[in-house]
Amino acid sequence: MLVIVDYDAGNVRSVQRACQYVGMDAEISADPAVVAAADKLIFPGVGSAESAVDTLCDRGLDEAIKSFYATGKPLLGICLGLQIVLEHTEEGDKTCLGLVEGASERFEFSDRSLKVPHIGWNELTINRPHPMLKNIQSGDEFYFVHSYFARPVNSDHMVGTTEYGDKTFCSVIASENLFATQFHLEKSGALGLKLLGAFKHWDATC
Amino acid sequence: MLSKRIIACLDVRDGKLAKSVKFVDTKDIGDPVLKAREYYEDGLDELVFYDITASSDARNIMLDVVEQVAKQVYIPFSVGGGVRTVEDANRLLWAGAEKINVNSAAVKRPELIAECAHAFGAQNTVLSMDILRVETSREFPSGYEVIINGGRTPMGVDALDWALKGEELGAGELVVNSIDADGTREGYEINLTRMISEAVSIPVIASGGAGKPEHLLEVLTEGKADAALVASMVHYGDYTVSGLKQWLHEHGVKVRLRY
Repeated sequence: MLVIVDYDAGNVRSVQRACQYVGMDAEISADPAVVAAADKLIFPGVGSAESAVDTLCDRGLDEAIKSFYATGKPLLGICLGLQIVLEHTEEGDKTCLGLVEGASERFEFSDRSLKVPHIGWNELTINRPHPMLKNIQSGDEFYFVHSYFARPVNSDHMVGTTEYGDKTFCSVIASENLFATQFHLEKSGALGLKLLGAFKHWDATC
Repeated sequence: MLSKRIIACLDVRDGKLAKSVKFVDTKDIGDPVLKAREYYEDGLDELVFYDITASSDARNIMLDVVEQVAKQVYIPFSVGGGVRTVEDANRLLWAGAEKINVNSAAVKRPELIAECAHAFGAQNTVLSMDILRVETSREFPSGYEVIINGGRTPMGVDALDWALKGEELGAGELVVNSIDADGTREGYEINLTRMISEAVSIPVIASGGAGKPEHLLEVLTEGKADAALVASMVHYGDYTVSGLKQWLHEHGVKVRLRY
């Protein structure tokens, strides 16, 4: 069963609807037992990482996601889901799941014309091939909404990057059976759906 | 590099697509769900649905429209009109909206912005402002006033002050809608858009007055808008979304062309 983790961080129904559109039935669940036992897991999220991490821990979902990851089955992180798989976030100074080495920090620009949050469509640059990206090419645009960005320690985990102002930030992380995007696949039109559709067939190799 | 967004605004009355000029003379011009789908397939970047139904009985019709759109359109989708409480917003989010636009009710009770930002995040809380040009005065130092209830009720609030307050209360984006320019197709209110965009650090969506591609170019460059809202010019078929984007691209504006 494909499960979408529900931790009150954003519209999980949008993700479910998009899954359905590409032919995947998904169950929304806040139950750690269901999450840990899923065949495939989507870890979405928008909003504040601070309250998101608190909710995850309160519900025991942090441990459930870690156990799921340890099984080697396919895990897809979206937006906040990409930031929380790292070890730490500057947002509320929170310890995160630590599936991937690294931390998230806030966009800071001296140029005031660069708005934060970074909202809108921006280009993906693919740094190395990955099975999930087989139908996507560098220059394809996806929809972003975020004020913090991920900095994985190991550059090999940084599968995709995006430029905003003078900053090149990590927009796709892949590590073993984890694939995570900073952008919203479920709101990125036909290309986002194509990427989401690839999750249906992904065998968790990287 | 971040692309400038083209956003189509669909005013919905009793489940039908409607369009006004200067907020009056509203006419029904089609099926909003079909239009939304058509624009999405033609490369639209974002969709805004505005419920302009006067009576509250029609609210369920709107929820149904939102639900149908959400099943077919996979781009950011915001809904506004008549949102007075977090509960109103939650009904729309549950039906499939991604972002919530608050307008009149927030002017009357500014805490609504903070409540929405707290409940579903600043990035999903959009403050929509309807603005009328006035004489510059002590009351209105910016020379623009906020008007509510579909352009009918002045509130004695200066537009620039309100934009800054909205940002402070937690709005993630601002829609700056000029009543003077609404539906005229004579161009956006450039001064107003630039003034607000330079003052705030959140994205600004320019609204009201688009009639030619040149108007979009002007507001996205000189007006410093992050996104341009279009309505009449695409609803009546004079221009297409893809055509507008191609034209903007040829005139040096970064827009999303692959979809």
